[in-house]
Amino acid sequence: MKVNLLSIAHIVLALIAAPLMLGIINRTKAVLAGRRGQPLLQAYFDILKLLRKGAVYSRTTSWVFRAGPVVNLAIVIVGLALVPFAGSPAPLAFDGDLILLAYVLGLGRLFIVLAALDTGSSFEGMGASREITFAMLVEPALLVGLFALSRLSHSLSLSGILYTSGVTGWSIGAPALVAGALFVLYLAENARIPVDDPATHLELTMIHEVMVLDHSGPDLGFVLYGGALKLWLLGALFVGVFSPNLAESGVWIREGFAVAGLIVLSIAVGIVESSMARLRLLKVPQLLVGAGVLSMLAAILVLG
Amino acid sequence: MNDVVNALVVLIVITNFLLLGAGWLRASVRIVALQGLALGLLPLFVHPGGLTVRLATIAVLVITLKGIIFPRLLLRNLRELSSVRAITYYVGPMPSLLIGILVMSSSLWWGYILPLPDQTGFRLAIPMVFFTIVTGLFLLVSRRQALMQIIGYLTLENGIYAFGVFFAQSESMLIEIGILLDVFVGVFIMGIMVFHISREFDNIEAGQLSTLRDWFRNRRGLSSKDSET
Repeated sequence: MKVNLLSIAHIVLALIAAPLMLGIINRTKAVLAGRRGQPLLQAYFDILKLLRKGAVYSRTTSWVFRAGPVVNLAIVIVGLALVPFAGSPAPLAFDGDLILLAYVLGLGRLFIVLAALDTGSSFEGMGASREITFAMLVEPALLVGLFALSRLSHSLSLSGILYTSGVTGWSIGAPALVAGALFVLYLAENARIPVDDPATHLELTMIHEVMVLDHSGPDLGFVLYGGALKLWLLGALFVGVFSPNLAESGVWIREGFAVAGLIVLSIAVGIVESSMARLRLLKVPQLLVGAGVLSMLAAILVLG
Repeated sequence: MNDVVNALVVLIVITNFLLLGAGWLRASVRIVALQGLALGLLPLFVHPGGLTVRLATIAVLVITLKGIIFPRLLLRNLRELSSVRAITYYVGPMPSLLIGILVMSSSLWWGYILPLPDQTGFRLAIPMVFFTIVTGLFLLVSRRQALMQIIGYLTLENGIYAFGVFFAQSESMLIEIGILLDVFVGVFIMGIMVFHISREFDNIEAGQLSTLRDWFRNRRGLSSKDSET
């Protein structure tokens, strides 16, 4: 396992810059709605404010409730060590790390769900149930999509699959299909519109926001920060599918491409959020199965 | 060339899935139009000989008929039936999509045991053809509205046409144009029928078409009792 300094620097960059993506998304939404919008750094202010506050714990909760946000944050940081950024290999790259990534995401989700169930609130239980239902549809789509890419690039490691040759480099079909599926998964995993609405808290159809309703102070800060890191983590994955082979280019071109990719992705998410409403809850599985179908088509294309 | 054909084949497969998951009649018509366009472009790229007058004529005919005229007819029909927007199902969109995945996988298997005799380049062609045909048949039986049955019929025909594109290198143009004319007349008549049915009954549910007979008797002033002979 080769650890170079650049890979470590990428994790630090993610830790520092991830909340900025939330800022860009919100700014895009504000501009499209004709508002000035909150400052780009609002997410940082929110997180810092929450970290300075005290936390309130219900007497019915146990250690699971307190562990949830912390474990989730830790798990997402582990995920950051698995996904390559800007063409340099990830610090924890090995054959089969794409499967580990899927389960690392699953584990983080599991702890948030357990923490939600631990409160004993039926409202949060509902959110937990929905989260798991949708996750059940997201995971196969993600794994099958990554499998298709892995087969194309003859590599079992994310560092070999991503940033090697983009949609243009491969034959037309498969990577474009996987990219389409990944964009839907990106929206679903990060609880954005059409699957979930991050802007509201108290509606009966909320999913992610409902589960973290009882967290307060630093815990809520961790949840928020974990969410921002997840935006970055899956964003790096998505940009990696699109990226052309940059192995011969200079460091700054590669870094610039990846960062620009993330910014464009954030703007795209903002545009999607301003241009459509959240889907009806019963329609969401249909969307996710649709993403799964795209992944499967990609896999079928590359097989044989 | 091969890449373009593959992209078109994938596009047709995706339109099939879209048809299976669609919730609105209008959207289904548009999707079937898109499928028709993709099919029309297909013969231009499949045959290695390059563009001939025969291929160009057929492509233009197919694109005008399946991509423009049929959708227009159906959309006009839909405008008349302004109260009917959403598709009603015997089998809902979610199970339909899952069935679609199953059919797609089995089509691949059929494609594996029934390869094309000469054109080895397009290994996805036969699965796509089977998938399109079965999708058409499935739409015919799983949707309640008569309009969706026209769309199912069109999809079915699209599949058969696609098979012709890949299989028959030198089919006579007369036959192809004849088939297109048949389909045109078929869609035309079905469209008119659906329109009349909907005007008399205020719905186009296929499940209620059996009431047609009684309605006819009642209209002539006969009750169903005294016509029991």
